Amino acid sequence: MRGKAQHIIHGLRDGFPIALGYLAVSFSLGIIAAKAGLTSGQGFLSSFFTRASAGEYGTYSLIAVKAAFAEVIAMCLVVNLRYMLMSAALSQKIAPGTPWIKRILMSFCITDEVFGISIAHPGYTPPSYMYAAALLSTLFWATGCAIGITAGSLLPQHMVTALSMSLYGMFLAVFIPPARRDRNVLLAVIASFTLSGICAVAPVISQWSSGMRTVLLTVVISAVAAWLKPIKSDDNGAA
Amino acid sequence: MTMEQHRILIYILLAIVTTNLIRVLPMVFIKGPISNRFVRSFLYYVPYVTLAVMTFPDMISATPTPWPGLIALVVGIIAAWLRLGLLPVAAICCLIVYLL
Repeated sequence: MRGKAQHIIHGLRDGFPIALGYLAVSFSLGIIAAKAGLTSGQGFLSSFFTRASAGEYGTYSLIAVKAAFAEVIAMCLVVNLRYMLMSAALSQKIAPGTPWIKRILMSFCITDEVFGISIAHPGYTPPSYMYAAALLSTLFWATGCAIGITAGSLLPQHMVTALSMSLYGMFLAVFIPPARRDRNVLLAVIASFTLSGICAVAPVISQWSSGMRTVLLTVVISAVAAWLKPIKSDDNGAA
Repeated sequence: MTMEQHRILIYILLAIVTTNLIRVLPMVFIKGPISNRFVRSFLYYVPYVTLAVMTFPDMISATPTPWPGLIALVVGIIAAWLRLGLLPVAAICCLIVYLL
């Protein structure tokens, strides 16, 4: 099919810059995974099937401190909650009559960036476009993590610390532009920084695991923000 | 396989299953757009809040002394504010900590 081949080519073209970014970020994720005791094979599989920067960062940090299994589940649920909204939004972008298996496979492809280009695709998003972009970027993502686990220990500590900043840099690149566009997001970000800083030094709370603090702060701050500053009813929340 | 390796595999498996269930469930269950305003607003704020909470103060405690991390945070925020994109912002933060 000519159309299908073209969708795949477009998917690879749009997925390539994402893949390059992923390679750099997942390398530093691999350094964290190595600290948690993962082998490069485990890192590759984990990154290939999870594909969640913040979720994996949280998971590896929890493994490093031997947290309870329930804590990993709670962390993944809250930190990846945005994928739920993205999946809901994506369900509106799939042509009617698309088989269920394709809809499910497309939902597996969701990451912040692949979701972004899929939603931006004019008209209905072709499944093969999304598969191509997701597969290419996922291969780079998993490879970067595996290399980070292996090579992270060979690099001088100073360089490892510097590279660990790339993950935080990526977080900033995701949440700062919306904060510039939407004043309410800016206020939520300022509240998050402030409360997160206080909780890290406050008595009792600072003794909780960072995963637990992340989950609680996210739920409380987002709920208060939704209550005080609900989005306009015609807004597309997934934007 | 050691106990330790066994535990790590369970952690990884839990993360994989949970994360992908989150991706799949809405696709399976949601027939139309979500109408509850509070739920939509809550889901709108969640990604930004969770990333912000994980960035600060972790970024500052990741460096041996707080200063390089703090400067990388401030410059990173400015770079992201100017919409420099994922790769440049990440590179700038790394470079600052490497040079300081």
